[in-house]
Amino acid sequence: MKSTGHFSVVIGLALALSFAALAGLGAAPMPGDNDKARSDQAQMRGLDEQVQEVKSDVLSIAAELSRLEEKLLYPSGTQVAIFVALAKGDRMRLDAVRLQIDGQLVTHYIYSFKELEALRKGGVQRIYVGNVATGDHKLDVLVDGKLEDGADFNRTEHFTFRKEVKPKLVELTLGGPSSGTPITLGEF
Amino acid sequence: MRVIRRLIALGLALGLTVQATGGDLKVPPTANGELKDLYFGEALYHAYQGQYFEAIQRLDTELAMYRGLDQPDLDTLHYHFNNAEFSVGDFELNYRMHHRAGRAIKAVLEGAVDEAVRNEAAFRLARIHFQKGQLDDALHALERIQGTVPAQIRDEVEFLRANIYMATGRPSEAVKVLAQLRSNESLAGFVSYNLGIALLQDSRPQEAIEQLDKAGQLAAGDPASLAIRDKSNLVLGAILFESGSFERAKQSLDRVRLQGPFSNQALLRAGSAEASAQKYDRALVPWNILVEREPTDVAVQEAMLAAPHAYASLKVYGRAALLYGRALELYSNQIGRVDASIRSVREGRFLKALIREESREDESWVIRLRSLPDSPETYYLMELMATHDFQTALHNYLDLEDMRSKLMGWQTGLEAFDDIIRLRKQNYEPLLPKVDAQFRELDSRMRLRLEQRKHLAERLQAMLTAPRPDYLATAEERIAGERLALIEKKLGNSNNPEKLLLQQRVARLRGTLVWRLETEYHERLTAAHVHLKELNAHVDTLTRQYDEFVRTRQAARQSYVGYDLQIARLRERVKDALQRVDILMARQGQMIEIVAINQLEARRKRLVAQQAEARYGVADSYDRAARAQADTGGH
Repeated sequence: MKSTGHFSVVIGLALALSFAALAGLGAAPMPGDNDKARSDQAQMRGLDEQVQEVKSDVLSIAAELSRLEEKLLYPSGTQVAIFVALAKGDRMRLDAVRLQIDGQLVTHYIYSFKELEALRKGGVQRIYVGNVATGDHKLDVLVDGKLEDGADFNRTEHFTFRKEVKPKLVELTLGGPSSGTPITLGEF
Repeated sequence: MRVIRRLIALGLALGLTVQATGGDLKVPPTANGELKDLYFGEALYHAYQGQYFEAIQRLDTELAMYRGLDQPDLDTLHYHFNNAEFSVGDFELNYRMHHRAGRAIKAVLEGAVDEAVRNEAAFRLARIHFQKGQLDDALHALERIQGTVPAQIRDEVEFLRANIYMATGRPSEAVKVLAQLRSNESLAGFVSYNLGIALLQDSRPQEAIEQLDKAGQLAAGDPASLAIRDKSNLVLGAILFESGSFERAKQSLDRVRLQGPFSNQALLRAGSAEASAQKYDRALVPWNILVEREPTDVAVQEAMLAAPHAYASLKVYGRAALLYGRALELYSNQIGRVDASIRSVREGRFLKALIREESREDESWVIRLRSLPDSPETYYLMELMATHDFQTALHNYLDLEDMRSKLMGWQTGLEAFDDIIRLRKQNYEPLLPKVDAQFRELDSRMRLRLEQRKHLAERLQAMLTAPRPDYLATAEERIAGERLALIEKKLGNSNNPEKLLLQQRVARLRGTLVWRLETEYHERLTAAHVHLKELNAHVDTLTRQYDEFVRTRQAARQSYVGYDLQIARLRERVKDALQRVDILMARQGQMIEIVAINQLEARRKRLVAQQAEARYGVADSYDRAARAQADTGGH
């Protein structure tokens, strides 16, 4: 996170200051340019306020829609959500995850660089949301990736989870061989 | 004084830049980094990818649910609550929603939180006010910091305080703050530079020069520190140049890296320092490097005139004429490019280039815009695009575009919801009456049996204190008892010897029955309890199935009933938001285009002026060359 922060400092610094340098040390502005720039700036700020308001509205619509979607498509009585996290400090390059519930393939996810970085920083991905009946279910987790030395890494684990009346949250923590148990399951 | 004012402006611009990037995510999930709430982790997952809309939406929902709980301390978000409140503010800040970010942080500030947390919130609030140019509010927020300040922000707080002092015209106070911060490694370059600017602002030019000299020689490794060191040297060079210390100015400018963001300006200034000292041959060294660089750069365009001027001063008129000619050609070409850019912007191609997916893949997308094919409009807009307001406008335009596509997707989504509801209704409505009728019948039978079971349980319970062996008779025994009673009734109280014999036999049988019931009573009572227990298990299974049926039945109805109003309202809200987004996008886009065109026209004016100078330079150089040749010929 620190390095990203510094990167943005550099970009921001390079751009903002090179412009500042031009404005201050380079060509002198033409008469009237400053007034025009000030008026443009004021208009831009006014628009910015309005954009912030629209963002707020759209976020509120998104929240209501998400609640509606959950109620319509994944009612709590049958909802199961599976989350993926990476073991802390693990350097395995996660390429793909396949999940099977009761022998049925429910998701096959291939990771982009950005997503992998987000997982490495501690983010958790909701990889699957679906519906299952109450009772016991089998969960097969298949992981493909590469180890730090470039070797391929594949692992399959079989778990059982119990679905009760409330929504079921399942967390899968993935890691390479160095993390002891490459795939662990947590239930909420 | 004009130069000093410009330099002060530069110093503040730097302060803003440094602070503006301070909104990056730094917060780990918890103090020990362990994540307990999956949905908070999901919000972070989106935020780490720059998907702040999704991150805010997720975390807002989580926080709203958490606040609505009766016992929030039992929820998993409890472990991250403070971080979550900070993070939502951070996400909003990164999503350029300063108002909401400010409100979120104020909520933390006014909540029952630790001193350290409150102080961090005050710092963040101050930073937002500073970014928005609300300097008094920023200072007021900083004044709320009291007691323990988290170590990781201690220096940043003071750095911000100094920047506010500088921005509010209190340089002497800024100097005092910055002087104490000089030892901090991560901020060393920025602190050192800003201290130089603060001294300059405080009318202490000699100390400012010494300070900037130090800032220009600081050991630096990372790109940010290298850039600020270059900046210090550039500014120092400019000050020394203005004060006539050309040799020292040149030394300072020579320290600017040849490949850094300030190298073109430094080369131009270094050449000017030499030229001002009448050392034209030495001025040509940096200028000749510069003229080979990117021709759209202002410094390069200035050097295109400066270099032939130096040759002319050295009386190398032929070379000067040649270079003026080259400059003339360059200016004509560049004017053509600017005209093409203006046309292109007017045709809406600039906005199209901005929203191209490939142009937004990473943080340096603004820089890479230049390399996009078919985007001449971006040639001259790099500097404009780097300004804070323009960046905000650009990002807002992109955000509006994202929101537009989201809203359009939601419109389709709502139609799909309608379809789902219609199909569910079609499926369930004919089935449910039959199912309900069957259920009612089963329900009444079940209730009867449960009532019987309850009655039995009560009887058995009562029999523990008041034994009733007859209650535990088998069906056979009950029938036998009833038959005996019937026979007894028929025999009556007759004294007939035959009947007396029969009465004795009946009494014997009755006695046998009673004997059996009495002697087997305890055994039978235990067995009855065991059977009742077994029945309980069956009743539990039945109750579970019953509840499950009720839930499923309820879910079936809830899957298509009661959505019409909500969907209609949402559809209206989406439509309304889409209209507002369209209007704002048009206005924001137009604003961006106007500002871009203004910028391009300003550059065009400058290029036309330079073209005129070059044209004059060509003619003048030819004249002088001809005169020089004539003089040589005459001799």
